[in-house]
Amino acid sequence: MAVWMIGIYVFVLACFVGYHVIWNVTPALHTPLMSVTNAISAIILVGCILVCGDAASPLSARILGVIGLFVASINVFGGFAVTHRMLAMYKKK
Amino acid sequence: MSIPSEIFATVYLVASVLFILGLKGLSHPSTARRGNSLAMTGMALAVVMTLLSPTIDYANIAWILGGLGAGALIGIPLALKVKMTSMPELVAILHSFVGLAAVLVGIGTYLLHAAGGDHVGLLLTVEVFVGVFIGAITFTGSIVAFGKLSGKLGSAPVRFPQLGNLALAIAMTALGVAFAATHDTMWLYAMTAVALVLGVTLIIPIGGADMPVIVSMLNSYSGWAASATGFTLENNLLIVTGALVGSSGAILSYIMCKAMNRSFISVILGGFGTGDDAEGPAVASGKMHKTAAVDDAVFMLANASKVILVPGYGMAVAQAQHSVRELTDLLAERGVDVKFAIHPVAGRMPGHMNVLLAEADIPYDIVFEQEEINSEFSDCDVALVIGANDVVNPAAKTDKSSPIYGMPILDAYKAKLVYCIKRSMKPGYAGVENELYYADNCMMIFGDAKAVCEKLASAIKES
Repeated sequence: MAVWMIGIYVFVLACFVGYHVIWNVTPALHTPLMSVTNAISAIILVGCILVCGDAASPLSARILGVIGLFVASINVFGGFAVTHRMLAMYKKK
Repeated sequence: MSIPSEIFATVYLVASVLFILGLKGLSHPSTARRGNSLAMTGMALAVVMTLLSPTIDYANIAWILGGLGAGALIGIPLALKVKMTSMPELVAILHSFVGLAAVLVGIGTYLLHAAGGDHVGLLLTVEVFVGVFIGAITFTGSIVAFGKLSGKLGSAPVRFPQLGNLALAIAMTALGVAFAATHDTMWLYAMTAVALVLGVTLIIPIGGADMPVIVSMLNSYSGWAASATGFTLENNLLIVTGALVGSSGAILSYIMCKAMNRSFISVILGGFGTGDDAEGPAVASGKMHKTAAVDDAVFMLANASKVILVPGYGMAVAQAQHSVRELTDLLAERGVDVKFAIHPVAGRMPGHMNVLLAEADIPYDIVFEQEEINSEFSDCDVALVIGANDVVNPAAKTDKSSPIYGMPILDAYKAKLVYCIKRSMKPGYAGVENELYYADNCMMIFGDAKAVCEKLASAIKES
């Protein structure tokens, strides 16, 4: 099976996992859900690191990679930090 | 020493599972913080493992650490400073960053392969095309959403013909085909530019009232962008994570559409609501409403056995959360059973009102969702509606000609007595009159939500 076809399998199955996990999230936490998904969608920084750090990368690609890495990193740190801050506010009676 | 590829795949799999467990943690406030920590662990594992990749040249490590560090320096203070009322703006701008990163990684990956003299196949060009175009739309679309939410752009819908969007989409696809056929980066850049414009023209016609749907939709796009990049890089971790985020945003968009009684298509076509907090023109009518004095309301509240508060975004605009909390505490001390009823679109993004109440130290276990609490209105003595309007309008159930007919509402009208704190009789976003205000069991208390709640609280303290 071609790599991209495996990718399609993984993608479709992950959508189903996402569907079931997300419907279980309590509506009271939908804002933290958005901020944490924001943080994890910045997993794209893995791609930025690979482009930026590759030994064969031309300077142009490296510059694109490092800009991407910078903005995605704002997302990772900012997203997790703001989620943590919000969740700390939720208290029981 | 080189690390076998199975190790990378395993660690990335562990990171994917940690992300799933992290989201699962959000099913309850008591497990949510642990969930966030699990997701952070997953991210840390993924980053460290990627740094150990055999293709990474450690001569470039300063670039990588510099980019990461600079992001942390901006991101952490931003997260610690942001006001909770501004969460929609923060989330919108963070979506745009994922979009931008997807564009840059897509183009960068292509340049990397082309420079290496690799044979660049059709598959890679198609994957780069898809990743870049979803990323570009997410990027500029989120910037427009950010501008509208933060008031930097007018939130009124700007007319843009859907045919124009169609033409742009066709042009973008044509340029993508040209790129795939010729492998000339000129076409890639041109296609990116058109996609960036398309992101603007898709979002700009959408009015402020629909922003909760749009923020959720762009959340979803940022996930699909990450997934598409995963295909470009043949990285299953990106594919899985992007799919999780994409489905999350899609579900939230669906929930918001349903709660606003809007179809997704009509939201996309745009033009609904100015989004200004200023309410529409007053509708002339012969019906009479009743007004209540603060003292009367205090007497009824203090002697009630059960009170349900219905907060709307008007409460947050008036910064009344803390006075509401004080009022809640005083009533609870007198043995009144106080609960909050939250409509899904009470805030400006999904779950926004819950965060605003949590910030004011209102415990989450007295805050309930619509389905949980609707049956309780009929046995509550007083419903206190603070800055909410359309979401308590019984016309949504009874008046088939009403534009909000079919919208799920909070059944505040079933309470023995309803007090509505409001600045004037003007209608809300939907521009329809609220039948509740003319009901026999409803009394209006006119004034700023914060001022009224403070008056109520101090009068209860004295009584």
